[in-house]
Amino acid sequence: MLQYSTAMVQTVLSETDERFELPKIRAEKVDFHYGSFHALKDVNIAMPSHRVTALIGPSGCGKSTFLRCINRMNDLIDGSKLTGKLLVDGSDIYAPGVDPVALRKHIGMVFQKPNPFPMSIYDNIAYGPRIHGIRKKAELDIIVERCLSKSFLWNEVKDKLSQSALALSGGQQQRLCIARTMAVDPQVILMDEPCSALDPVATMRIEDLIAELKTQFTIVIVTHNMQQAQRAADYTAFFMLGELVEFNTTREMFLNPQEKRTMDYISGRFG
Amino acid sequence: MATIPADRTPSTIPTKSKFRWDDGIFRSLTTAAGGAVLAIVIITAYQLVTGSLPALEKEGLGFLTGSSWNVGEELFGSLPFVWGTTISSILALVLGGSIGVMLSAFLVELAPKWLLKPIGFLVDLLAAIPSIIYGLWGILVLIPFLRERVFPEIHAVFGWTGLFGEKSTGTGLLTAGIVLAIMIIPTVAAITREVLLVVPRNMRDGALALGANRTEALKTVMLPYASGGILGALILGLGRALGETMAVAMVIGNSATIESDLFKPAASLASNIATEFGEAGPLQKSALIGLGLILFILALALNFAARMLVARVRRKSGVQ
Ligand SMILES: Nc1ncnc2c1ncn2[C@@H]1O[C@H](COP(=O)(O)OP(=O)(O)O)[C@@H](O)[C@H]1O
Ligand SMILES: [Mg+2]
Repeated sequence: MLQYSTAMVQTVLSETDERFELPKIRAEKVDFHYGSFHALKDVNIAMPSHRVTALIGPSGCGKSTFLRCINRMNDLIDGSKLTGKLLVDGSDIYAPGVDPVALRKHIGMVFQKPNPFPMSIYDNIAYGPRIHGIRKKAELDIIVERCLSKSFLWNEVKDKLSQSALALSGGQQQRLCIARTMAVDPQVILMDEPCSALDPVATMRIEDLIAELKTQFTIVIVTHNMQQAQRAADYTAFFMLGELVEFNTTREMFLNPQEKRTMDYISGRFG
Repeated sequence: MATIPADRTPSTIPTKSKFRWDDGIFRSLTTAAGGAVLAIVIITAYQLVTGSLPALEKEGLGFLTGSSWNVGEELFGSLPFVWGTTISSILALVLGGSIGVMLSAFLVELAPKWLLKPIGFLVDLLAAIPSIIYGLWGILVLIPFLRERVFPEIHAVFGWTGLFGEKSTGTGLLTAGIVLAIMIIPTVAAITREVLLVVPRNMRDGALALGANRTEALKTVMLPYASGGILGALILGLGRALGETMAVAMVIGNSATIESDLFKPAASLASNIATEFGEAGPLQKSALIGLGLILFILALALNFAARMLVARVRRKSGVQ
C-alpha cells in the first residue's frame, strides 16, 4: 500500500508545481459560527484551479462546515454566520448582492450519502439543466449521455435510462450524483466524503473518476481516509478544532509535515 | 494439517423454544381483535344487503339507474344521491385537497420555522370541531355570504359554462363542497405535513446544490418523493367527505335532483339517509338502507383503489 501511494505521489509531484498554480478558491480570515458555536477559526487558504484539494482532520473539526461555506449551503442553517472573505475567482461570494441560488449552479456538491432523486436515471441528470431552462429533448439527450459517459456510467445504464435511479447500487448512485452535478456545468465540485458509504471497488472507481474530472473542474474533497487523500489529491489541508493547521501539496504534507499536530494525525496517533 | 475436533455433545444451543404463557395470551388477544374487525365488516355488509333486499327486489336495476326518488309514488332511484355525493366530494377534494397540500408544503418548507407549530395547531384544531358546528356555521355565515357576495360574481364570469346559474338560495352542491373542503383540510394538511417532514434532508439539499431555489426543490423533488403519502392523505380526505352527513345535510338543500348547476340544491347518500330515515315507511327504510349499501361499497372501492394507487406511485418512483 505504501509503495503504491509513494508512486502516486511521485506522479503528482511531476505534474504539480505550486509556483505556477492559479488560485480558484481563496479564504481570507474566515470565521464561521453555528449560533454561539465557533466552528471555523480564522481560516486562510488558497486552493488552486483544476486541482484536487483534500480536506482532512479528525471528525467534528469543521471539514464539512468549510466545504458547505464554499457553496453557501450553510446559509440554510438558522443562526449561522460567516465573517471574513471567501473568494471564487477573486470575487467574494458572501458580498451583498450575491445570490446563493445562482452561485450553486457554478459550485456543485456531491454528498456523503448518495442522494439520487426518486425519478428515472435520465431525469436525475436532466434535473439541473431543466431547472436552468433547458427544455429541448435533443439537447437534454446530449447532456445526459455526455455526463453519464464522463462518470463511467453510460455503458452500465444506457439501456435503462427510464428506470428509477434508486434501483442502482450505492457506487453507481454516487457516480450518478457526480454526473448530475456535472450536468449543470459547474466550475468547482465539492465532495463531502463521497466514498464513505461505498465498498473498496466502488471507491476506486470514484477515485479514478476524480482524477479524470480535475482536467475540467476544480475539486475539493473531504475525506477521513488518508490513503485516499494521498491517492487522489494534489493538495491537502489539515483541520483541527476548527482551525486550518497546515496546507501544502499532498506530497509535502505526508512526507514532511511542518506541524507536530499534522505529524501526529497522519501517523495515526489520534483521530 | 490441523485436525478438527469432534462436536461436543450434547449441544448447548436450545432447539426448542420455551413456552411463554404471556406470549400466548397476547397472540390470542390480537387474533381476536383482528377477527372482530373482519366480523364487523362482514356483518355490516350482510345486514345492509338483507335490509335493502325488499327495495332492491321491487326496483330491480332501477334502484341503481333510476334518477327519480319519489317517496309518495314509491319510486326509489338512487342516482341523484350518488350524483350529490360524488360531485360534492370531488369539489371538496379539489378545493380542500389543494389547499391542504399547499398549506403544509408552505409551512414545512417556505414559512419561517416559528410559524409551523402555531398554524399546525390551528389546523389540527379544525379537525376537532364537531361536524354540526360546521353545519351551523355553513347556514349562519357561509350561505348568506356566498349568496350575496360570491355566487353572483362567479355567475357573472363563468355563467356561460352552465355550471353556475343565476338564482341561488345559497344552499347547494357547491356550498356542500366548500364546507366539506374546509372539513378535510386538517386531514390532508396533517398527513402531508408528516410525510414532508420525513423526506430525507439530502433530497432537498441535493436539489439546492444544483442551483434550484426552495420552491423548485419543493415542487420537483420533495413533493414527488412524498407523493405516495400525499395521495394517501387525499384519499383519506375524500373518504371523510364521502361519509360526512350532518354538515352536508344542513347546507346541501336536500333535493333529490340531478342538476349540472352547482348552485342548485342537491342531496347526498348520507345526508338523505339522515333526513328521511326517522319518518320512513318500511319500503322507504329498505331503500335508504340500499343507499347505505351503495355508500359502503363506494368507500370500500375507494380504499382499495387508494391502496393500489399508492403502491403504484411508490413503485414508480422507487421510494419504499
Ligand atoms: N447544523 C449545525 N448546528 C450546530 N453545530 C453544528 C452543525 N453542523 C455541524 N456542527 C458542529 O460543527 C462542528 C464541525 O462539524 P463538521 O463540519 O460537520 O465536522 P467534520 O465534517 O469535520 O466532521 C462539530 O462540532 C459539529 O458538532
Ligand atoms: Mg463531515
